[in-house]
Amino acid sequence: MSLSDKDKAAVKALWAKISPKADDIGAEALGRMLTVYPQTKTYFAHWADLSPGSGPVKKHGKVIMGAVGDAVSKIDDLVGGLASLSELHASKLRVDPANFKILAHNVIVVIGMLFPGDFPPEVHMSVDKFFQNLALALSEKYR
Amino acid sequence: MVEWTEFERTTIQDIFSKMNYDVVGQQSLARCLIVYPWTQRYFGNFGNLYNAAAIMGNPMVAAHGRVVLHGLDKAVKNMDNIKAAYAELSVLHSEKLHVDPDNFRLLGDCLTVVVAAQLGAAFTPEVQAAFQKFLAVVISSLQRQYH
Repeated sequence: MSLSDKDKAAVKALWAKISPKADDIGAEALGRMLTVYPQTKTYFAHWADLSPGSGPVKKHGKVIMGAVGDAVSKIDDLVGGLASLSELHASKLRVDPANFKILAHNVIVVIGMLFPGDFPPEVHMSVDKFFQNLALALSEKYR
Repeated sequence: MVEWTEFERTTIQDIFSKMNYDVVGQQSLARCLIVYPWTQRYFGNFGNLYNAAAIMGNPMVAAHGRVVLHGLDKAVKNMDNIKAAYAELSVLHSEKLHVDPDNFRLLGDCLTVVVAAQLGAAFTPEVQAAFQKFLAVVISSLQRQYH
């Protein structure tokens, strides 16, 4: 399900709107993921505090959304643009790709919560497709 | 038997008691048909589903959204035995409607986004966890009679 021009335009337009709150969105989404899908905590056993709003969660939420923003700017070639991140996830982090879907769901829930007027179904669809393509690019180097 | 904490029970009862089933039903089903267009396969006789605007304005979609939410209400009222309460519904979805159970999760995700947008900050991570646990039990019960 590759991204049409309309999808790319929708994602870029939404990102322009929400990027000022990117750090908050990242922290919220990550905190929710750890709470609603406790199995994801297995990747963060080395953190002192896994509760929503904790220091490590906020810091890492910022890292993740920074990468999402970068992906938006490289939307025309996600596989090429995310090559080194894919290498990192494949060789070092080894996050099961099923979890990318889980995190994407939580980012989408947070966007819907914080920007209800900017997230009609058509935009939701384009964003869902974007995350799906992002996940594919991230798992490109896995095997 | 599913174990519910006091918080989870109260949260689910609270969310659904304040919910406008007509609005949330229509919005969730329409969103599902738009975001995951392959789900339209089950609604061949619903008329115009050609684009997002048509789906949002389609009266059959709205009516069916209402049906789905009232089905969920049955689970809200039988939280201690959703499995039994849903036995017939499960047979219906499997034997008569032939719905791929993965679609239940897709609709559930859309319902979660709609409820999140309605509740805003009140949809805390803990509330989301309770809501999604409830949906997971509903979905599992709905899948139970498939063979």
